[in-house]
Amino acid sequence: MTDSSTVLIDAQGLRKVYGRPGDKAGFTAVDGIDFQVRRGEAFGVLGANGAGKSSTMRMIACVSPPTAGSLRILGYDSGADGAKIRARLGVVPQDDTIDTELTVRENLLIYGRYFGLSWKVLRERSTRLLEFTRLSEKADDAVATLSGGMRRRLTIARALINEPEIVLLDEPTTGLDPQARHLLWERLFQLKQDGVTLLLTTHYMDEAEQICDRLVVMDAGKIVAEGAPAELIARYTLREVLELRFAPGERQIMTDKCRGLAERMEELPDRLLLSTDNGEETLSAVHRQGVQPLTALVRRSSLEDVFLTLTGRSLLD
Amino acid sequence: MTAMPTGAPAGNPVRPGRAWTMVERNLMIYRHTWPVLLAEIFEPMLYLLAFGVGVGLLVGDVPGLGASVSYPQFVAPALLATAAMNGAMNETTFNMYGKLTTDKTYESILTTPMSVRSVALGEVFWALVRGAIVATVFLVVVSIFGLAELPGALLVIPSALLIGFAFAAMGLLTVTFLRSWQDFQLIQLVMLPMFLFATTFFPLSVYPRAVQVFVEVLPLYHSVELVRAAFLGTGGGYPAIAVIYLAVLGVVALAIAVRRLEDTLRP
Repeated sequence: MTDSSTVLIDAQGLRKVYGRPGDKAGFTAVDGIDFQVRRGEAFGVLGANGAGKSSTMRMIACVSPPTAGSLRILGYDSGADGAKIRARLGVVPQDDTIDTELTVRENLLIYGRYFGLSWKVLRERSTRLLEFTRLSEKADDAVATLSGGMRRRLTIARALINEPEIVLLDEPTTGLDPQARHLLWERLFQLKQDGVTLLLTTHYMDEAEQICDRLVVMDAGKIVAEGAPAELIARYTLREVLELRFAPGERQIMTDKCRGLAERMEELPDRLLLSTDNGEETLSAVHRQGVQPLTALVRRSSLEDVFLTLTGRSLLD
Repeated sequence: MTAMPTGAPAGNPVRPGRAWTMVERNLMIYRHTWPVLLAEIFEPMLYLLAFGVGVGLLVGDVPGLGASVSYPQFVAPALLATAAMNGAMNETTFNMYGKLTTDKTYESILTTPMSVRSVALGEVFWALVRGAIVATVFLVVVSIFGLAELPGALLVIPSALLIGFAFAAMGLLTVTFLRSWQDFQLIQLVMLPMFLFATTFFPLSVYPRAVQVFVEVLPLYHSVELVRAAFLGTGGGYPAIAVIYLAVLGVVALAIAVRRLEDTLRP
């Protein structure tokens, strides 16, 4: 066992096939992936819906056994020592699964009991975690009265009740308004500062760029790229992107005129993306061709463009 | 800023969760919703009033049971057995189906060290706790009206627990087969006739032999026999068969149910 002190999650040839073993019609959600997550890191898994992110997370959470491959977490084998591993994980699932029959504080108390923690420890911890997630004033309220952002924060507080070494977050900010997202990100930063290892899936590029030290891009159950956000942008895209929008009737003609003006061109349902080292120059070239876009925008390349390049699809499709 | 987890594993007093914590969860919920339990106690009382006392005035004593047994004395134990059955079944079918599907309660519990087996056993435990409360209150009330012979009738409590166990386990097995809320109609289709004909309101001797055999196979029939024997202080060797029948039924159903739940909850 190498590096067990620094490598907290080690997946080799990890596969997940749903359906009965040996069943040819089984659906392959995760198709042989390798990756490692180190202590203290914020590690992201990026991909469109159905790319295999959630299946990967469920295997790491030890709630879904891998079909093949090896998965070691905190030095234990995920298959043999699931309960030991789960005792040291915090899980924030994609859908809020808060106990709606209990109050905010009761949710934390009973969840801690599932870990075998004493009531005394839990009373103290629940107060501290409600403070941490800014829910102290809601402590004795019914869960039904919480907003979406508050529910998600309660789910995070709940995931921290056992003081986990790794926190798994499956699309933590999906469905939240911008303000709620920013508050959540800030709390996640704080956790990272405190040395907690974060593993999150997302299909928001800004989220990945903000939070993740390192990430993998998944497509159709496979990892298609791995690295730090800035590294991936440098490796897979040119410096800038020119975004053009056209009137519906002119789209095809205008798009054809733009061919050859940039090194790479992506046609999205609502706009045309031209990858280039100098956006302004490309825009001038576009104008010289007699192309009249409704709007034109030059921006820096982002992870979104990495994803487009790698998979030929937009993330939010 | 509050000091937060530092990821230090040493001395973290975390150990695998146990089945009992499921009972703690339910007790926590019932602190808010205890009137539900009251309703469960009142239902058999109402039946006793309507059928035992009301119909009892018309029919007098029940024949074929040796000593003279009044109709309320005959019906009361059957109603208690039915209450124990319904309480347990409701807990592991209706309540559990909601937690399995809409609320996803178990999904989040299973991300902790809790095992599927602990969760299943815990829900059965809770059904038993509820059953014990309902049975005790019912027994106290009917004793006040002189329908049960104490202290012999105290055997009703362990009987109710055994009945609760068998039906909670059956419910647990049933819930693994349910496809939608509509399927609860099918459960009713079995439970209601069983309630009406498993010697609840009239003795086995009124049926022709062919129907008697059918009734004798029903789990509620054995439950009623068990509680009735405790109530009336009769029984002889018969309750032993009922005890074995219900215990075996419960253990087998529980074993299969846990395996099936494992497949559902840890796909």
